[in-house]
Amino acid sequence: MPIAREHELHHRRLGRNVGLAVSLGAFVLVVLAVSMVKMRTEIELLTGAGDRAPAVAEQDR
Amino acid sequence: MTDASVMEHEDEAGFGDYVALLKPRVMSLVVFTALVGLLVAPAGVHPVIGLAATLFIAVGAGASGALNMWYDADIDAMMRRTRNRPVPAGKVSPKEAFAIGITLSVMAVIMLALTTNMVAAALLAFTIFFYAVIYTMWLKRWTPQNIVIGGAAGAFPPMIGWAAATGDISIESILMFALIFIWTPPHFWALALFMKEDYSKAGVPMLTVTHGHATTRRHVLAYTLLLVPVSLGLGLTGIGGPVYLAVAAVLNLWFVKSALDIFRRDEAAAEADGWRAEKAFFRLSLYYLFLHFSALLVEAALRSFDMGGW
Repeated sequence: MPIAREHELHHRRLGRNVGLAVSLGAFVLVVLAVSMVKMRTEIELLTGAGDRAPAVAEQDR
Repeated sequence: MTDASVMEHEDEAGFGDYVALLKPRVMSLVVFTALVGLLVAPAGVHPVIGLAATLFIAVGAGASGALNMWYDADIDAMMRRTRNRPVPAGKVSPKEAFAIGITLSVMAVIMLALTTNMVAAALLAFTIFFYAVIYTMWLKRWTPQNIVIGGAAGAFPPMIGWAAATGDISIESILMFALIFIWTPPHFWALALFMKEDYSKAGVPMLTVTHGHATTRRHVLAYTLLLVPVSLGLGLTGIGGPVYLAVAAVLNLWFVKSALDIFRRDEAAAEADGWRAEKAFFRLSLYYLFLHFSALLVEAALRSFDMGGW
């Protein structure tokens, strides 16, 4: 039997699905942001770039 | 979908019910204290890492809340304050609450380990275990000292925040832990004095039920006095300073005076004025903790301008 009209239950389910989608999306963004920061820190450490450069240069001298 | 099948799903949970499962009010305190622990630590943390760490600590705390609601559904159904929680209300099934609690616990610990370090992750895992197993499954139904030892679970977040930044445990983080640990019993016992909860019916041995209100009043005063050296001692460490110490001194004087007000009166006097002193003490206890941690934040902010601290 096709759904003839919207029941309050459908709104509740929609809310649940949207809530879950937003939570998962936010989780992906957090993981992405953390990965980018970690990778940048690693690269800076390896290349001596960024703020660490003067300190590294001082040590080399 | 027929009308009959719609009625079967009438109690189906909405997104808000799953959020309620994570005890958002407890989470807000966890977020605040963990964030302070992280920000006052001497090691600087990248804002993104700090934010993610705080989020995972909050999710871990929420997960332990879900496990607590799963195990305590029978008790919650008997008490007015808790009978509308998602599990006793029939919105979320106990199995679902358990699955959410376990999944989020594992996820939060692993993510905190990957984002920060193993010390912070181990502390978070221990906190979840302590709250869900030691407190919920064991202490809560067994001893009237449940609040005292169980309070440790709520006291760990600043220590986890500190560990997330430094990878270590130190006197500063232990004293932040001690401050919440010793603050918890008088805070909850004051609430138990004026809340008409049916703990005995639910089989929870609250101090007010097992030893009476006079003993509870003595205990409130004793723990409030114990709190003074911890609070002032924290002010003498590397994260304290004159601003913190001044705030702590005023708050402790006020808190001890308020505890003495509770200690000096009996049930008849309390009932006559609608538990005014007990309610005032409970309200003050919230400000007490919030202002202590805020003062630590102020000291940290001042230190970044080469002011504050010792």
